[in-house]
Amino acid sequence: MALLQIAEPGQSAAPHKHRLAVGIDLGTTNSLVATVRNGIAVCLTDGQGRSRMPSVVHYREDGGIELGFNAMSTHVSDPRNTIVSVKRFMGRGLADVTHIEAMPYVFEETPGMLRLRTVQGSKSPVEISAELLRALRERAEASLGGELTGAVVTVPAYFDDAQRQATRDAARLAGLHVLRLLNEPTAAAVAYGLDNASEGVYAVFDLGGGTFDLSILKLTRGVFEVLATNGDTALGGDDFDHRLYCWALDHARIAPPSAEDARRLQMAARAVKELLTVSEEAPFRLRLGSGEEVDLTVTRADFFGMTRPLVQKTLVPVKRALRDAGLLPGDIKGVVMVGGATRMPHVQRAVAEFFGQEPLTNLDPDKVVALGASMQANALVGNRREDDHWLLLDVIPLSLGLETMGGLSEKIIPRNATLPVARAQEFTTFKDGQTAMSFHVVQGERELVADCRSLARFELRGIPPMAAGAARVRVTFQVDADGLLSVSACETSTGVEASIHVKPSYGLTDDEIAGMLRSGLEHASDDLAARALREQQVEAERLLEACAQALATDGELLGEAERAPIDALIARLRQLAARDDAAALSAGIAALTRATEEFAARRMNRTLRAALTGHNIDEL
Amino acid sequence: MSVDLSLDFFSLFGLPYRFNLDETALDRAWHALQTEVHPDRTAHLPNSRGAMAGALRVNEAYAALKKPVTRAQYLLELTGMSLDAINGNTVAPEYLMEQLEWREAVEEARRVNDVDALEQLALRLQIRTDGVIAQLAEELDGQRDLEAAADTVRRLMFLDKLRLGIDDALAALDN
Repeated sequence: MALLQIAEPGQSAAPHKHRLAVGIDLGTTNSLVATVRNGIAVCLTDGQGRSRMPSVVHYREDGGIELGFNAMSTHVSDPRNTIVSVKRFMGRGLADVTHIEAMPYVFEETPGMLRLRTVQGSKSPVEISAELLRALRERAEASLGGELTGAVVTVPAYFDDAQRQATRDAARLAGLHVLRLLNEPTAAAVAYGLDNASEGVYAVFDLGGGTFDLSILKLTRGVFEVLATNGDTALGGDDFDHRLYCWALDHARIAPPSAEDARRLQMAARAVKELLTVSEEAPFRLRLGSGEEVDLTVTRADFFGMTRPLVQKTLVPVKRALRDAGLLPGDIKGVVMVGGATRMPHVQRAVAEFFGQEPLTNLDPDKVVALGASMQANALVGNRREDDHWLLLDVIPLSLGLETMGGLSEKIIPRNATLPVARAQEFTTFKDGQTAMSFHVVQGERELVADCRSLARFELRGIPPMAAGAARVRVTFQVDADGLLSVSACETSTGVEASIHVKPSYGLTDDEIAGMLRSGLEHASDDLAARALREQQVEAERLLEACAQALATDGELLGEAERAPIDALIARLRQLAARDDAAALSAGIAALTRATEEFAARRMNRTLRAALTGHNIDEL
Repeated sequence: MSVDLSLDFFSLFGLPYRFNLDETALDRAWHALQTEVHPDRTAHLPNSRGAMAGALRVNEAYAALKKPVTRAQYLLELTGMSLDAINGNTVAPEYLMEQLEWREAVEEARRVNDVDALEQLALRLQIRTDGVIAQLAEELDGQRDLEAAADTVRRLMFLDKLRLGIDDALAALDN
């Protein structure tokens, strides 16, 4: 190993060594991994020559995990433990997720991000995504024959800080060195721009399985400059499936479906949608587990009609991004279509009408993001040639601010600021002798803090006591090239510095990630019994904590006679957790879980009602 | 080539100290500098990850010079004028009336969700803004009347804020 490496900036320290780097498109519906081989970006395939891996994770009862195509078969037979579209849950709480009523999962509301209860215990969206990423990493390492130096992982451009943090945590948990989080439309623009040697202003229209982005980029002599980006992180092909699913429920006159039948109907809806891309009508026909038959025919006109509001919805971010960039539709030289959902003819037609030109569909909309990401990864590890000078200048999609008096958000960094960016703002005390100030960091465009996403709260202590208005507290926001925020604050007027660095509250700290990875390594060398015991103990602890919290907040949902056995089981599980009998502990966990099922269901209903209150059914 | 980050924003980009500026030259200089200092350029070198002071400074400079209002503020700052003197709240009385009229027109259009009226206002505002920018160029690059320029900057700040208000109103009506 070289102890000292000397190199000029821009030159590789070891010019002859090709480092292994990949781009990963972690999609709502499908995920892909690509690399640059002999100067050409290619998607890496599985043993059967398939490049896409369905973003599906199945937790088996025996402790095994199935992924991708292998997990597809249990879609219907075990919907609760077969997680699809997990990207929709990244960095989100229960109240943020749309169509939750049609999902078969058992959700848990935990601070910051929801969790899913599976047969293998409670899983966070980060852990589930990490399974997908790990599989892609293994595919890449097998295919490239060595350990990866790093990966560029793509995210929707309109992902906020919480969603980005969650994605990066997932990648690190999967053992990847994250070179960069790259915005999906920007990745697509790189692949398109480098292939076509394009110059001018382009729009990238990226409608994926669950997210929609619209980015406007200026391409000049090897620089990809994002002028503006906008989007909707809860709008994608899944929503078109959902409209068909709702339509089928309306027209088939069947009883409310079980979780299994709901999955069957959703899969049928997706198949119908795909068929309607190439044909004028499609049969919506299946037999449900309940014995009922669905036998319908959907025409293109039906489908276009029921999903027109969704297509219209995509035009809202288009208009906003153009306005932010100070451009008119006619200023756009080309519109690059990305994401499987842009195959739908009425989406293409709406885009063509809006921009007054046919969109560019010559790239494979499923692969272009992964390919572009691999080009960026190749550049970041230093593999590119000296004459290959291209650069990405991306932006932050949503404004960052601080809560001020009256619950208003004061913007510190405006949306569409080029990254990296730092801005500072000075605040002062408003009481004599005040020694602490608290800050609330939010992200979003709305004026009211309550309408923005809360990212972090922190307090600056140790301000020397002064008259009101005399202290000068400087708060600095810094957003790096990944679009991730860090905030620091210090009191500057007296030379006494108190400063603090915050990480958004839902993100995992480096220590936590290291701990999770380390415990993973330790497990591998432990004997199975000790591992099982420790897992059971962690599970017991988690369950006890969840119960305590649930009882504290929603205890009144239980009658006294219902409450007593639960309390007894909690006390017993506490005793068992302190011993080292894995089997007894497992039984204790199962008993408490069973005893609280009804309680959990009532809480779920309450949460759902709360989430649904004030919304009409069209919004859902 | 290493970049001297202690230079003022104009020198950093190799541009003359003028309000009227060649936007293409600014963009080009910005791209050229970022090609040197952007963290992506050195990400593969040992101990370089996270080194972004250069890119931060260059982006700060670009953001300041790109927009007329911040460019004028920066030019005045370079002459030694204090920030309070530049951003002070006093506005000549004859412009107060104009401000009120604009504001009322925007609020009325916003209240009745009139997209056409808002777009008309945006267009009129653009013409008005262009006029104020031309005046500012004369005051800063021609007569060098800094007091008058500071006054005009404040009017431009107001027009910019109005523009944001119209954009927000239009964005709310995109749905």
